[in-house]
Amino acid sequence: MRYIPTTDQDRKEMLKSLGLQSVEELFDDVPDRVRLQGELNLPSAQTEYELFKSLKSLAEKNNNLEQYPSFLGAGAYGHLIPSAVQHILSRSEFYTAYTPYQPEISQGVLQAIYEYQSLICSLTGMDVANASLYDGATALAEAAVLAGEATKRKKIFLPMTIHPEYRMVTQLYLENRGMEVIQIPHDKGQTDLNYLKDNINEEIAGVLIQQPNFFGILEEVKEVASLTQKFGALLVVSVNPISLGILEAPGHYGADIAVGEGQGLGNPVAFGGPFLGFFATRDRFIRQIPGRIVGATKDIEGKRGFVLTLQTREQHIRRQRASSNICSNQALNALAATVFLCLVGKKGLQEVANLCLQKAHYAYRKITSIKGYSPLFTQPFFHEFPIQTPDSPEVINKVLLEKGIIGGLDLKRHYPELGPSMLLCVTEARTKKEIDTLVQALENYHE
Amino acid sequence: MYPEDRYYTKSHEWIKVEGNHATVGVTYYAQEQLVEVVFVELPEPGMEVKAGDGIAVLESVKAVSDIYAPVSGTILEVNKKLEDQPELINKDPYGEGWIFSLEIIQKEEIDKLIRATEYQSHIKNEPK
Repeated sequence: MRYIPTTDQDRKEMLKSLGLQSVEELFDDVPDRVRLQGELNLPSAQTEYELFKSLKSLAEKNNNLEQYPSFLGAGAYGHLIPSAVQHILSRSEFYTAYTPYQPEISQGVLQAIYEYQSLICSLTGMDVANASLYDGATALAEAAVLAGEATKRKKIFLPMTIHPEYRMVTQLYLENRGMEVIQIPHDKGQTDLNYLKDNINEEIAGVLIQQPNFFGILEEVKEVASLTQKFGALLVVSVNPISLGILEAPGHYGADIAVGEGQGLGNPVAFGGPFLGFFATRDRFIRQIPGRIVGATKDIEGKRGFVLTLQTREQHIRRQRASSNICSNQALNALAATVFLCLVGKKGLQEVANLCLQKAHYAYRKITSIKGYSPLFTQPFFHEFPIQTPDSPEVINKVLLEKGIIGGLDLKRHYPELGPSMLLCVTEARTKKEIDTLVQALENYHE
Repeated sequence: MYPEDRYYTKSHEWIKVEGNHATVGVTYYAQEQLVEVVFVELPEPGMEVKAGDGIAVLESVKAVSDIYAPVSGTILEVNKKLEDQPELINKDPYGEGWIFSLEIIQKEEIDKLIRATEYQSHIKNEPK
């Protein structure tokens, strides 16, 4: 956006045309008690150099993931990012582009989105993917909504092994659409299949499942899929895309909708985001997909081109009757995912996933052999695992931080019944030395 | 372009009444405004609808329009052909492009609808 300064003269003229004396008069309608009295609490003007230094020293108060090895995952994952990702993202044609409504001037952005959709389809084994959503949580909620619309049924199964925040978002969406959420308890960190078997019936619109689940554990997705299909419900799988380097694609075991958080694909962990929700499904649901789809076509001269093909369910056209009222997608984050996937390739993704698996299992073996630390669950896992801790994780994490290590997630916040336990995550970005340092720190914890 | 044997709504549906039975579609003007219809979302037979309910959806390349029930009733039949040939709406809006039929509950609702001449003057005043 252009910055257009106003001079005192400009302001005077504007006020005059409004018939006002001062800027204060413009705000007369705002009651005094809620108005800022006096000046903003800001230091006086600084030179560029002074300003740069003071902002830098403020920024340095934050601990960052380059200095501190992090074993915290739980939905936001620190992976290695090839530097070309940032370079391509920094091209102004991409980062200044808003929604590419005008295909004739947005071919680059449209092509990038088209490639992204294609990559998400190959990754998930699905027919069609949209141009991205806000995050993994809203993508899951939108998928549950689609299951309801497509089956004309009103009940959704939501296992307790799904990310607790995803569950909260989904619950909020569904309740306000008159749908009922039925929670499925977990059995040793896995969705309780017996509960599912005993309770599923023809009133269920969809079964949601996370693979790997919030505890990092692998769910019995094939069994869930066959149960779901038997009763005509839709299977919605929320996947960690990196894990698809070694795990089967949801499209291959019968998922109707595959969603997830794409942050791990070339997007750094940055406070609360931005995140990237992906959404892929079967051809037959193409008109019920939230958001938009970019398609490839030919122009009058036969040249290949790209256009927004399906966007008529969107808020700017359908208003209150849109499939989804999230109108913007995450084009720049989707571009990061596209560049990341293209750079690492099939084999590279497999290697990343395998390294995550191997390193996490190495850490798991080391940590669970320390006195006082034992596995919370013993089911197969990918790159996250919960362990019982001898003390409150809050205290342990404080000690770890003093040694320059970011520990795991205290599970008390979402699962108080599990006792003192933390969820640890190990990605390919952690070195053996960092893992050994963590193990050492946990071992020496009481000293 | 606006057959005399039917009633019209200001939201551009036509309705042909035969006893308690009525067939509904969109007018020549409506399909012309939409340009190329690419998808039709049909109501479910058996569904009970009230006059003014949005019960079907026409989708063209750049817009989506709701189709409203001109009168209250129960959906009898829907034009399944439109699922594969949505272009029938453009080709033959008053014939093969019909959308659904319904059983009328309150006959007096028909009196509130308009006839061809009134509809034609209505569309003349529509903002372009």
